[in-house]
Amino acid sequence: MNAPPAVSIQASHALGAAFIFKKALISALVALVLFSLMIGVRTEAGPTGQLIYWTRFGDLAAMVATVFGGSIVVELLRQWWGPVGTIRVVPTNVKSALALARRGIAPVLLIFTFLVPVIFYDQRYILDLGILVLTYVMLGWGLNVVVGLAGLLDLGYVAFYAVGAYSYALLATNFGLSFWICLPLAGILAALWGVMLGFPVLRLRGDYLAIVTLAFGEIIRLVIINWQSLTGGPNGVSGIPRPTMFGIPLTPGDDGLAAKLGIEFSPTHRIVFLFYLILALALLTNWVTIRLRRLPIGRAWEALREDEVACRALGINTTTTKLTAFATGAMFGGFAGAFFATRQGFISPESFTFQESALVLAIVVLGGMGSQLGVALAALAMIGGFELFRGLEQYRMLVFGIAMVLLMIWRPRGLIGHRAPTVFLERSQAISSDLVKEGHG
Amino acid sequence: MSGDHILSVDRLSMRFGGIVAVNDLSFGAERRKITALIGPNGAGKTTVFNCITGFYKPTSGTMQLTHDDGRAIRLERLNDFRISKQAKVARTFQNIRLFPGMTALENLMVAQHNALMRASGLTFLGLIGAPSWRSAEQHAIDLARTWLERVGLVDRADEAAGNLPYGDQRRLEIARAMCTEPALLCLDEPAAGLNARESASLSELLLSIRAGQGTSILLIEHDMSVVMEISDHVVVMDYGVKIAEGTPQQVRDDPKVIAAYLGTDEEEAIAVMESGT
Amino acid sequence: MDYFAQQLINGLVLGSVYGLIAIGYTMVYGIVGMINFAHGDIFMIGGFIALISFLILVSFGLTAIPLILLIVLLVSMAITALYGWTVERIAYRPLRHSFRLAPMLSAIGMSFVLTNYSQIAQGARVKPVPPIIRGGYTLHEGASGFVVQLSNVQIVVVIATIVLLALFTWLVARTRLGRDMRACEQDQTMAALLGVDVDRTISMTFVIGAALAAVAGMMYLLYYGQVDFNMGFVAGIKAFTAAVLGGIGSLPGAMLGGLAIGLIETMWSAYFSVEYKDVAAFSILIIVLIFLPTGLLGRPEVEKV
Ligand SMILES: Nc1ncnc2c1ncn2[C@@H]1O[C@H](COP(=O)(O)OP(=O)(O)OP(=O)(O)O)[C@@H](O)[C@H]1O
Ligand SMILES: [Mg+2]
Repeated sequence: MNAPPAVSIQASHALGAAFIFKKALISALVALVLFSLMIGVRTEAGPTGQLIYWTRFGDLAAMVATVFGGSIVVELLRQWWGPVGTIRVVPTNVKSALALARRGIAPVLLIFTFLVPVIFYDQRYILDLGILVLTYVMLGWGLNVVVGLAGLLDLGYVAFYAVGAYSYALLATNFGLSFWICLPLAGILAALWGVMLGFPVLRLRGDYLAIVTLAFGEIIRLVIINWQSLTGGPNGVSGIPRPTMFGIPLTPGDDGLAAKLGIEFSPTHRIVFLFYLILALALLTNWVTIRLRRLPIGRAWEALREDEVACRALGINTTTTKLTAFATGAMFGGFAGAFFATRQGFISPESFTFQESALVLAIVVLGGMGSQLGVALAALAMIGGFELFRGLEQYRMLVFGIAMVLLMIWRPRGLIGHRAPTVFLERSQAISSDLVKEGHG
Repeated sequence: MSGDHILSVDRLSMRFGGIVAVNDLSFGAERRKITALIGPNGAGKTTVFNCITGFYKPTSGTMQLTHDDGRAIRLERLNDFRISKQAKVARTFQNIRLFPGMTALENLMVAQHNALMRASGLTFLGLIGAPSWRSAEQHAIDLARTWLERVGLVDRADEAAGNLPYGDQRRLEIARAMCTEPALLCLDEPAAGLNARESASLSELLLSIRAGQGTSILLIEHDMSVVMEISDHVVVMDYGVKIAEGTPQQVRDDPKVIAAYLGTDEEEAIAVMESGT
Repeated sequence: MDYFAQQLINGLVLGSVYGLIAIGYTMVYGIVGMINFAHGDIFMIGGFIALISFLILVSFGLTAIPLILLIVLLVSMAITALYGWTVERIAYRPLRHSFRLAPMLSAIGMSFVLTNYSQIAQGARVKPVPPIIRGGYTLHEGASGFVVQLSNVQIVVVIATIVLLALFTWLVARTRLGRDMRACEQDQTMAALLGVDVDRTISMTFVIGAALAAVAGMMYLLYYGQVDFNMGFVAGIKAFTAAVLGGIGSLPGAMLGGLAIGLIETMWSAYFSVEYKDVAAFSILIIVLIFLPTGLLGRPEVEKV
């Protein structure tokens, strides 16, 4: 199957410039047709409500020229780089240095994360960004249990995030329950929803499961939008209480933490507190997941991903095993949701769209399915990368989409292409991800 | 058909649409003995296994498993995973089904899932690292190590199962089945793809399992040297029906069996036999 | 009764649109085994191209509506088909033999790209057009004064769907291309060995799927009189729901599923609540899959072990 591209690449070496030029010309021609009406013509409702249009041939020409130039550059790069998939010989000392770096990266990253509020105390923006990244790290780790370990494709993970967020928001605003009581409740409620959804649908095969979870995510969002009396509908829930440090509010008042400690109040305290809160939650998720992988349940999840039939032959109840994976993932999503609600102080259905599910799934897959470190790195890269395009608000999703396509082509197996065994007799050997199955769903 | 049967299959039939893969089949497997199920390709042997181990619901017929303590279990009434869990029937697959991305040791740990699940207090004791869990886990690792030693794979315990050579994978699959501590072990063509030396060591392994663990074995095999050497009783199938059974010698000399294997009718087979001897 | 009849007509018309989109999902799934998440957005692009070409033709002074519609149909099918081809070429072909989740994520990425691209290129606001095909027939006038109507737009949508579907069924059943497609569906390696150009066949599948989505986009424009950059997502998941409901991989199933989703949605809006119509459609999907895990017309799978 891979033979034809290889041949054409060899041919391209021989034909050189003429070939590249021809290819670029074809690309430009295709681009011209694609963009002719969509970019060459702009429509808008005129003052009378009647649609009017005007032409933008300049933009069209620029786009086509870009495609032409881009195609030449890509083709040149490809010739220089060689066909995708070529095994480049890496010198052993570089390899061992890389291995060392890989082992060192997790502790360094962790220590750095702990120090972020100290180093960037004055930079509110960085702290906020850090909180955002950690939220996605936590979501990624939660979904990783379902997708990466158990191999079940969940396209509606955001539903559990929403359940967690609304659970806290509604319990806190209606019954005045504190964050620390609501946090476990939010997790439990999300897990219950996970079980409720999972029970009937988990025997579905892969893609059916994907679409059912996607549908479930949409159902939850639509119900939130339409059940106005409970959820406030599209307007959302506002005035959600901020978290307290185990009962001590982080406010300027006399009973606030600053007053109690006798230090001057600063709004940054709360941000720092939120930062460590989500860090703790994320690390809890990580710790539990690492623990679970070494327990029979976690091994059964991975075995399920590898071969469901063999699991059944070994007496593993695949339904409950899948359910526990689903519920565990959902629970972490619920925790993250409760955190999100308390951090924002305001939530609305807009925060729980399919795009969020896709983003978290992209983080998990890019991370290298099943790898905790990979997920953390992927979350950092994705959210950080997203942030770089903050100024270009309207191009953000475009760039995100392009990045997803390119990343998948570049590393379909994710950043970390190894699976670490959960138990060993002599020596733990990393397993190449080529052997690791991706699950049936 | 006297004797103490661990498994009695009675009038088993399995249909797939128009195909009758197993037709009114009855046979028994004796306790602590090796029973071989042989027959030409497409005879329905794997289908019988799939019925016994719950992957297919038979169209009709019963399958009864009687434990050492006299407890009888009707297999056709159990879900697939319960057959391994409660009836203690383990199996291997004709086309090997290991967990390729997990190490050999991990494969054997997964096989002890149910015991370990109990020991980990349905995960909660394990999560807090209770001592009882730790000792149970160590025990499981020891059991796995024992089996790795017995199948000669202890040096490769930490390698990915998918990376092992074919013969090793076959033996690992048997070790994995044995880690569920079964009463009846069903092996689907364990010698397929093995060379003569490997086949011989496989025979030894199976005999030692029968002697050591007292596990009854039901074996599908095309390699007649293995069948003749180790089985106590042979059942021959063709086109879904039983055409003969008996000791290896009896079966080997049965014209019906030879006819089935040669794809000819009985008289010709007799002629072939006579001209051969 | 009259009210019901009217809803039945509306539901079938809406269902035709879903069915046309669903065919694209089902075909691609049948051949490459992936959910083409960008397909809903291809439908949206089809709608936009129909809209823009319509505006241009009208401003050129063309007045013969049937002629305009025919040109619009052809232009939008052609250009949208090229979109389908390009998407496959860029985002899916390099991943054809890769890890199964990779093409799915690539497709999700592509869907974001297309949505955002048309938002940037054409603006975020809804684009309304005045009714292009007017008039209709009164089928029945009830005692209560309720009239059952069949508008000309509805007739056009249904006829266009039937004609294109017939054409397409012929294509798959009778032509060389159709045979190649079925061969690739069964076994790509074997088909390649027997001289089927697998790459080309897969490309053609995307092209045909996109062309049908363009038809759906144009019908949507005619029927609802508007398009917007965001309409691909919801229409896409509903059409995919339809494909799954009908039994993914089955072409008649896709159409049947489309009609079912169209009817459920219309009936639910008519008798229960408009707000929850999508909830109803998705819930029915979940319920059907629980009881018929391979959809209405899908072949049941016996797991061989
Ligand atoms: N799931 C199924 N669906 C349809 N037919 C099946 C199924 N499983 C088995 N069969 C048919 O049943 C018959 C018996 O097959 P089976 O695999 O049991 O044969 P076998 O004796 O194991 O052969 P071999 O020695 O080649 O492994 C075959 O004709 C096969 O095609
Ligand atoms: Mg067989």
